[in-house]
Amino acid sequence: MSRLVLSGGRLIDPTQSLDDAVDIAIEDGVVAEIGKGLSGAETLDVTGLIVAPGFIDIHVHLREPGFEYKETIETATAAAVAGGFVGVVGMPNTNPPPDTAAAVRGLMKRAESASCRVFTMGTITKGRQGEELAEMGDLVDAGVVGFSDDGDPVNDAGVMRLALDYCTMFDRPVAVHAEDRSLSNSGHMHEGAVSAELGIPAIPSVASDVMAARDLLLAEYTGGRLHLMHMSTAGEVSLLSRSKADGIKTVSGETAPHYFTLTDQAVHSFDTNAKMSPPLRSQADVDAILEGLADGTIDAIATDHAPHASHEKDSEFAAAPFGIVGLETSVGISYDTLVHSGILTPSQLIEKMSCNPAVICRIDGGTLKPGSRADLTVIDPDRRWTVDPAKFRTKGRNTPFAGRELVGDAVMTIVGGEIRFDERG
Amino acid sequence: MTELSSRHLLGLKGLNYDDISLVLDVASAFREVIERPIRTVPTLRGWTVANLFFESSTRTRISFELAEKRLSADVVNLSAPASSASKGETLKDTARNIEAMRIDAVVVRHAASGVPHFLADAVDCTVISAGDGQHEHPTQGLLDLYTLHEQLGDLEGKRIVIVGDVRHSRVARSGIWGMTTMGASVAVCAPPTLLPSDLDAFPVDVYNNVDEAIEGADVIYTLRIQLERQQGALFPSIREYMAMYGINRSRLERARPGCLIMHPGPINRGWELDGDVADDPQSVILPQVTNGVAVRMAVLYLTAGRGTSALQKIGEPRGLGSEI
Repeated sequence: MSRLVLSGGRLIDPTQSLDDAVDIAIEDGVVAEIGKGLSGAETLDVTGLIVAPGFIDIHVHLREPGFEYKETIETATAAAVAGGFVGVVGMPNTNPPPDTAAAVRGLMKRAESASCRVFTMGTITKGRQGEELAEMGDLVDAGVVGFSDDGDPVNDAGVMRLALDYCTMFDRPVAVHAEDRSLSNSGHMHEGAVSAELGIPAIPSVASDVMAARDLLLAEYTGGRLHLMHMSTAGEVSLLSRSKADGIKTVSGETAPHYFTLTDQAVHSFDTNAKMSPPLRSQADVDAILEGLADGTIDAIATDHAPHASHEKDSEFAAAPFGIVGLETSVGISYDTLVHSGILTPSQLIEKMSCNPAVICRIDGGTLKPGSRADLTVIDPDRRWTVDPAKFRTKGRNTPFAGRELVGDAVMTIVGGEIRFDERG
Repeated sequence: MTELSSRHLLGLKGLNYDDISLVLDVASAFREVIERPIRTVPTLRGWTVANLFFESSTRTRISFELAEKRLSADVVNLSAPASSASKGETLKDTARNIEAMRIDAVVVRHAASGVPHFLADAVDCTVISAGDGQHEHPTQGLLDLYTLHEQLGDLEGKRIVIVGDVRHSRVARSGIWGMTTMGASVAVCAPPTLLPSDLDAFPVDVYNNVDEAIEGADVIYTLRIQLERQQGALFPSIREYMAMYGINRSRLERARPGCLIMHPGPINRGWELDGDVADDPQSVILPQVTNGVAVRMAVLYLTAGRGTSALQKIGEPRGLGSEI
């Protein structure tokens, strides 16, 4: 592949403590050189734009195999690159689930022609039933980047302890959906003033906190690597913060854009695009999530992209499935809410969306050091745009952000040196 | 004022003092109609009303059906087991299909909160809620207000205590909104596990002790212990509930003399309410039922009477009082 230079932009790479007006040259799928006034066979003008190591979304429901009517690897990855992501980590609630090496290899085969890099979690337990450990060694051989039963928690503390223990030999995170179902009341939204008024069965925040506390303690006890997924409560932030302050190095956490922008008030109109698990919480929780991002407690931003067919979400609130899409709005919302308001610097945002996700899942990415893969995300910090679900590349239209005006968006995505998305305009 | 501010009736939270007063005034006229030898008026002749009851109910459905028939409307009934819901049809498709049969109004009861709102967006006809999940039961709230007004006149400053499983009760929620809108002071009384998780959402006083709660009350409104809606035992036993919250004659002495006893029915005789209290002259439980038909007639008249159908109806809705 001939030498391609991105010229005139602001290159931000936290792994090199770099934030400078320099060019970057890529060749044969890797970063060749960083410097001023570079030249190459082809030059891309990125004046006014930010060039960053490629963003990786470590929490995406690809829906394939098994639920292709909601989304396929093809549509999900097309959405991913449009959203600025060079890689996605698939969640295991597919059918069949990735609980055997054969299933994982089958998935990887299907993903060969995807628009971006595709990774997958393996399941923690066989069939995600929460009872017996999956063949984790075999799954690691097949290439999983972590383990999760997402969609569901591991109810039995003994099984979770075993998983964390066993996994210490694999250097892969156990990524958990922290929810104690015996506290969830079979709820559909956050337990608070809105659920009390609307008479909707509700999930108290303590259902997540209790499980997060349990899993953090087990991680501490076993030395296992724990990753808290889709953090949504002040309690979870506080618990993770305390674990880290106590010196536990093997714990991490992620949150999604909707948990730092929306509250349970969004459910007031019975809008099923405000229904997901864990649910939208209170303003106090939103504030805690923002603080947790600012002070480094929360390591990563991941969308929990969960597409559903329109007819499934177009129903009464109780019957609608949980989940919203996020790949095509994550960068815009995150940049607008966090960077433009001064909560995070651009470099810190890039850490949360690129560097840290790569580290958590041990993916070779999240950096633009010369010699590393040429996976790049280019952001226009001043791009004004309005969220329009009709233009999404994902099959899902289930977003609570329709019509939202944002400043900032991903405008170019390069995967392995190849331009997969370019709307620099 | 001769029109409600909304063409649907989805809840009492959205209804103001004037709306409620209008319903009660119109209900008063219909209340007189149902005592006549011929209890029917041709007011809604030519209109078709579908009762979509996805949740089991006998008395509410019969009450609505009577109201509809007494207005001379044509009535079709759909109950959940017979509906296409069991064949996997979505609620939206069910609604659209019924609308395709040219229905003017839908009266819907469903176990999920928000269904009437969902239908109001999905179809063109008028939607009247007969109860959605734990959210609201507006016609119950209105018939309770009618009964209160009939007995006590102006509700300003009157003290109403709702005792029972408020947490899971759409009757309680509608009652709270309607009663406070009409000027009453409302208190709720239940064990903590049967109260809403967030009481700041409601303009009520809160009690766990029923003897304190009913001190000087003008009205005691008891709710059914709902074994079918509660999941898991939120109180240890009926025995404990009866001892701590059951309304009996000796407890009643703490309330104002002549304190009204109300209940949405059906009563668990001996549980939330002693039999002799339920049958007492102070109890207006049966008048509630009679008033229910009149109030539902009023609601149907005020909402369904102005659908968006372009068809000229045979026998346009006439003024009240015109009959045979």
